[in-house]
Amino acid sequence: MLRKKTFKQGATLPHIKNTAQDQTILMPAPKTIVVPMLQHIGAPCEPTVNKGDHVKVGQVIGDTDKYVSAPIHSGVSGKVVKMDIILTYAGNNVPVMIIESDGENEVYEGVRPPKIGNLDEFVKAIRASGLVGLGGAGFPTHVKLNLPNEANIDTLIVNAVECEPYITSDNREALEHTRHVVRGMQIIGEYLKIPNIIIGVEDNKPESIEILSQAVKGTKIKVQPLITRYPQGAEKMLISALTGRKVPSGGLPSDVGTIVLNITTVSFISKYLETGMPLVKRRVTVDGTAVKNPGNVEVVLGTTIRELLDFCGGVTEEIKKVIMGGPMMGIANYNIDMPILKQNNAILALGEELGDPPDETPCIRCGRCITRCPMSLMPVYLDLYSRRRDLDQLHKYHIMDCMECGSCTYNCPAKRYLVQSIRMGKTLIKQQPKVKGGK
Amino acid sequence: MEKNLLVSASPHIRDHITTRRIMLDVVIALTPAALSGIYFFGWKAALLIAVCIVSCVVFEYIMVKIRKKPLSIGDCSAIVTGLLLALSLPPGLPVWMAILGCFIAIVVIKQLFGGIGYNFINPALGARVFMIISFAQAMTTWVEPGLDAVSSATPLAIMKQAEAGAVLPDMSDMLLGNIGGCIGETSVIALLIGAVWLLARTVITWHIPVFYLGSVALLTWMLGGEGVFNGNPLLHLVTGGLLLGAVYMATDYTTTPMTKKGSIIFAIGCGVVTSVIRLYGALPEGVSFAILFMNLLVPLIDRYTIPKNFGGAIKK
Repeated sequence: MLRKKTFKQGATLPHIKNTAQDQTILMPAPKTIVVPMLQHIGAPCEPTVNKGDHVKVGQVIGDTDKYVSAPIHSGVSGKVVKMDIILTYAGNNVPVMIIESDGENEVYEGVRPPKIGNLDEFVKAIRASGLVGLGGAGFPTHVKLNLPNEANIDTLIVNAVECEPYITSDNREALEHTRHVVRGMQIIGEYLKIPNIIIGVEDNKPESIEILSQAVKGTKIKVQPLITRYPQGAEKMLISALTGRKVPSGGLPSDVGTIVLNITTVSFISKYLETGMPLVKRRVTVDGTAVKNPGNVEVVLGTTIRELLDFCGGVTEEIKKVIMGGPMMGIANYNIDMPILKQNNAILALGEELGDPPDETPCIRCGRCITRCPMSLMPVYLDLYSRRRDLDQLHKYHIMDCMECGSCTYNCPAKRYLVQSIRMGKTLIKQQPKVKGGK
Repeated sequence: MEKNLLVSASPHIRDHITTRRIMLDVVIALTPAALSGIYFFGWKAALLIAVCIVSCVVFEYIMVKIRKKPLSIGDCSAIVTGLLLALSLPPGLPVWMAILGCFIAIVVIKQLFGGIGYNFINPALGARVFMIISFAQAMTTWVEPGLDAVSSATPLAIMKQAEAGAVLPDMSDMLLGNIGGCIGETSVIALLIGAVWLLARTVITWHIPVFYLGSVALLTWMLGGEGVFNGNPLLHLVTGGLLLGAVYMATDYTTTPMTKKGSIIFAIGCGVVTSVIRLYGALPEGVSFAILFMNLLVPLIDRYTIPKNFGGAIKK
């Protein structure tokens, strides 16, 4: 086996991967689905169908002319019954479309494998599929693939790290759809003419490493085991672990000749080219102490958390917190009637065992936040100056480099809410009018 | 099914480490040294340790009440200060002096500057230096280990020929702690056991003790004897408060730099100042002054050791 690699600093988290062995279960489409018009980073979509219209599975129901965006498709066949606005967990008011299923799950006539002859058509097809980064970030994939000068990219990195506790949905993709994962990588490699393809997997997923290593035999793809360490799934950390290259502050992976895609995203590309079915379903890990039957569930996008939890046998105790995503970077939801979005890889319903958020005590200057920060920042000062609203100092300590991974906060013995106050500091800077001649 | 869901900022999980656990680990690490002090110096040592811990906790309680701050006794930092101070006092010191020392440590140095995390010098060390200056006689009256304590000299004083005719004790006595000195500084073995505990529990890293002791060893070897490279570094390492200072005081979080690079600069600085005082100063011992001096430089060191951010400068 290859020598394991990793990146510098970061945190050691408990290995909670309860659902790693759980075969994906298909959840039948619910009676109604709630589809927000913003399920990605970028511009929101405009509805392309009206109230009362009949839609089918895979039909476009929202799109926009804006470049950084991705169309949205219906996951059921039925009638558009309502246009509404919801307050998402991210704090935005977003238009939603509510579609009542007719139970037929009739597939839209336009769903057929795309015809692709060149890179341009490939990128267009990816946009039409509505694909966004399925690992959690939700960045439109066609934008990533449409490189301005693709000749400079020498390495395609496939992210199968899944460094957050609990989440196992990417792990299941590697095990259950190995063929598509490998084929997806080859397709991207061919169209973008990228010579090296590496897939990074942490060593807490030995089965994935084994199966993928077998599957890539005879191809140029390399499976690289990584020493388990958080946040290795972060783009910059993964590039550093696999290639030793460092993406400059404020830069993109393409600045160091790489492109990073999530494993489930890559696998979806292969499936889409075979079937033409756009992104209307995804696998979600459902776990947490309050869930009766934790597992991996494939759901129609727009299914609410409530229905998903009911499908998993309901809850065993009163839910205290519901997190969309992992426990380190996921967002706590204020109610469970929120729909599952394209980028949601996990739903965690936690009960009493979670406890209350700890009380903050004075910083004892132990420096643990500094030695854990994967970006080599000083969270202790970012915290201090954010609270003081001292923007000059925040710039000096590179606040905008912080990716809010939470390694500092996780390890803080004084239980300070470092990430929370750093977020406030970043918001203060973003609100600041652009200074002329500024950085 | 659900009432109000808890909404809070990520991360939603935290490590078990707390300030209290860190402080208790330091107390545990200092226990062997305290026990050896009591074994060699008897009930007087035990009394001083008890008095210091109790008065530090009481002063902390009173000050927190006066400052109307949340009760911080639970973090156990006052116990650490009391224990550290007691271990760096001579066994025969009058009790009232020890209580005054605790007052300086907790009230003046720690609480008046804002409590835990805000003191600019190590409270136990600051109090000790205050006492050395105020009670020069009592603070340098050493006793021979044993029940009938008789006045004695420390190996460092003997090295400085402060006591004419006195001879250095055996190395085995120095390692065990069977020599004159402060309650907790004499037993090298006990202090090393505690150091291993602190390292194993990741309360401290090896950087500060190793660079501190290393620079003292190098300098005393180079300059400590006749000519150059003729000194006796081992003797310097096992005597005085060096080990107590290097492992337990120079590693205090609040009063040392936060980065690895800063810590190394700090530790080397401590080593240089200690060696200079020991070799050329009027005093036989320099650990307390050295660490205190370097404590004052910490804000400066922190300012010049900001780590380079990942990936370097912002492009464009």
